[in-house]
Amino acid sequence: MNELEKATSPVLEVQDLQIAFSMYRRGLRKTNLRVISSLSLSVRQGEILAVVGSSGSGKSLLAHAILGILPPNASTAGSIRYNGEELTPALQRKYRGTEIALIPQSVDYLDPLMRVGAQVMGTRGSREQQRAAFDRYGLERRAARLFPFQLSGGMARRVLVSTAVLSPPKLIVADEPTPGLGIEMAMETLRHFREIADTGAGVLLITHDIDLALGIADRIAVFYAGTTVEIAPAADFKTGAEALRHPYSRAFIDALPQNAFRPIPGTQPYAGALPSGCLFADRCPLRSDACGGEIELRAVRGGEVRCVHAS
Amino acid sequence: MLLEAKNVSFRYAKKDEFILEHFNLEVRAGERVALVGPSGCGKTTLAKILAGYLRPSSGEVLVNGRALPSRGFCPVQMIHQHPELSVNPRHKMAKILAEGWTPDADTLRALGIESAWLSRWPNELSGGELQRFCIARALAPQTKFLICDEISAMLDVITQAQIWELLLNIAAKRNLGLLVVTHNMALAERVCERMVRCDDGA
Amino acid sequence: MFKENRLLHANMPNTRVRIVLYISAAAIYLVGVFIWGAVLPASSYAVNYADKFIPPGAQFLFGTDFMGRDMFFRCVKGLSNSLVIGLAASLISSVIGLLLGVSSAVIGGKFDKFVLMCVDCCMGLPHLVLLILISFTLGRGATGVLFAVALTHWPELTRLVRAEVLQLRNTQYVQVAYRMGKTRLNVAREHILPHVLPVYIVGLVLLFPHAIMHESAVTFLGFGLPAETPAIGVILSEAMRHIATGKWWLALFPGLMLIAAVLLFDVIGENLKKLLNPESGQE
Repeated sequence: MNELEKATSPVLEVQDLQIAFSMYRRGLRKTNLRVISSLSLSVRQGEILAVVGSSGSGKSLLAHAILGILPPNASTAGSIRYNGEELTPALQRKYRGTEIALIPQSVDYLDPLMRVGAQVMGTRGSREQQRAAFDRYGLERRAARLFPFQLSGGMARRVLVSTAVLSPPKLIVADEPTPGLGIEMAMETLRHFREIADTGAGVLLITHDIDLALGIADRIAVFYAGTTVEIAPAADFKTGAEALRHPYSRAFIDALPQNAFRPIPGTQPYAGALPSGCLFADRCPLRSDACGGEIELRAVRGGEVRCVHAS
Repeated sequence: MLLEAKNVSFRYAKKDEFILEHFNLEVRAGERVALVGPSGCGKTTLAKILAGYLRPSSGEVLVNGRALPSRGFCPVQMIHQHPELSVNPRHKMAKILAEGWTPDADTLRALGIESAWLSRWPNELSGGELQRFCIARALAPQTKFLICDEISAMLDVITQAQIWELLLNIAAKRNLGLLVVTHNMALAERVCERMVRCDDGA
Repeated sequence: MFKENRLLHANMPNTRVRIVLYISAAAIYLVGVFIWGAVLPASSYAVNYADKFIPPGAQFLFGTDFMGRDMFFRCVKGLSNSLVIGLAASLISSVIGLLLGVSSAVIGGKFDKFVLMCVDCCMGLPHLVLLILISFTLGRGATGVLFAVALTHWPELTRLVRAEVLQLRNTQYVQVAYRMGKTRLNVAREHILPHVLPVYIVGLVLLFPHAIMHESAVTFLGFGLPAETPAIGVILSEAMRHIATGKWWLALFPGLMLIAAVLLFDVIGENLKKLLNPESGQE
């Protein structure tokens, strides 16, 4: 860790988060299915941390766990701390919408029968705050009187962002905020995040579009099958595969169409059928006997990695 | 084999604005054409018109000079962005696959579909695995052209690379014409020989 | 390790097991009453003027009425009769609803508008007025009530089925099926019916209580089953004449049995809905 990183304290700290769902497997038998086995990360003040990984790696669930909006059949273990304080359901209710803001995946999260101005104000905001937010994101005054179905994709996205930043949040969780936006709009949205982060907030940006994450994030966390396999400065991802620590992150970079476009074989293991030891071992070129045990996340070359071979 | 869009215009209702106006496009057998452009320019609408999901308001879509059949198996098949929406959640994978044709073991192997997946439900498979099924289902012998509408936009990059590797092999072997709709320029350059911008068609 | 009380959950059956238990208990009661009523000899509730107005006790569980008939057996027989009529009426009604709903969504256009208009008309008029009119026109009696109830209960199910089919027709997988050369018939069989069926079954079960209530109401008002048939409506109607003289049991027990039957059907329906709905199915 460098000096700057030590000076700023984490807004969000997630440690060994586990999430399980109770599901009906067949007929009347109910089992617990562990979908997230060990997620750890931290977001510091003024920082954008991007979370990348394939679908099913647990990215969205992390967002829902932080906001306390997991479905009722989910159970969690491990710790989520906000400004050093353990996030209990009561605290989640208190901070949700004020200090911790969610920018959801789609406009479907807006109430279709309510004018967007009123929705952005919510129960805690004022009309002045709403106008200020709209001005800031280039939405006209009269846009407040529109219903969600009257918004274009870009406007809707800006409305969602305004909702999140109304009362200046200290932590923003953005869950796939860019798909369907087009490259210009996506970059503009991300620039908004940068501005918000520069005011001292932490931003957790969940995305599967690594190109965008590279352009804007300070650090990138790579998820695989419900675990954090690597957290590294975004610069390392730009340098290329050799600067990275985990074989999965390297494979990730190599598979990009602008790089080698070369896939590794195999698929991510399913929740409920996870191997013991390293979850990536069956696809890994470095696999050895040492991969069988419990593998901890450890610091390597200014990043963190969950791999016994990393150096 | 030639797939042509001739002077195609489209709008949903008489009083609506045109989403597409006087669009022309040609895809030959064995050719890989990318369709790129900003969101909202009508890429998916054009894809749906070419595959016969929508009828153009004016203009025509021709395969070898003949209009697309409105019933029966369509020689132009479309693969969608969200594979989980393209399969009936109440059917098992074997039944879903059989809706297109009965694929031979070689095709399944070429697409990396494991036989154990056939007895699963769609919600038990990942997006990449489901997308392989959607591709396999569309590859019946009558299929001559494939319209790939952002088929890897929702997948992670490793699965994306896997899917394209498989699909390009099969397309080359069967001399299929591909129209690849994407917003990802790097992908378009990797996969296609020729690029058409959505707004240049006019 | 997980924040969930494992011990509590270990001893309690999970929701799905509980729902199955509720449904079976309710079904056993209703089927039991139905069969018992059907095989009950008429002699068990025959007229016997020697035993007039006996309050509930060991000999006559629910007491006897002004003609000395055993109210317990009369109630069982009456409820059984009501169940038969309710069942038949709901079946007819639900089939009408299914057919109209599916055809309305599939044919569309003017036909769809016409069906929706009928639905609105039917739902706009007070149910009871419509019931009495139809029953009266058809000459009262069992046929009158049966058709009256059957012809007034289809609109809700029609709406539900229509909405379901419309939504399904626009799903991507149905569109894909058409492009793969599947015919309408094939799509209806493979994609639409299996999806609509659970909606239909829940709708059917939730129709029963309405049908039974309305049958009893029409009969109570004198426009339904004839006075000599043992039916809950008839029994309650007779009881009204004696309630002022303190013969409380004549109204109380038949009323309770009717309410129990209606509530139990509701329990079955609501629980089935929970079980078949994928969103609440995992809880």
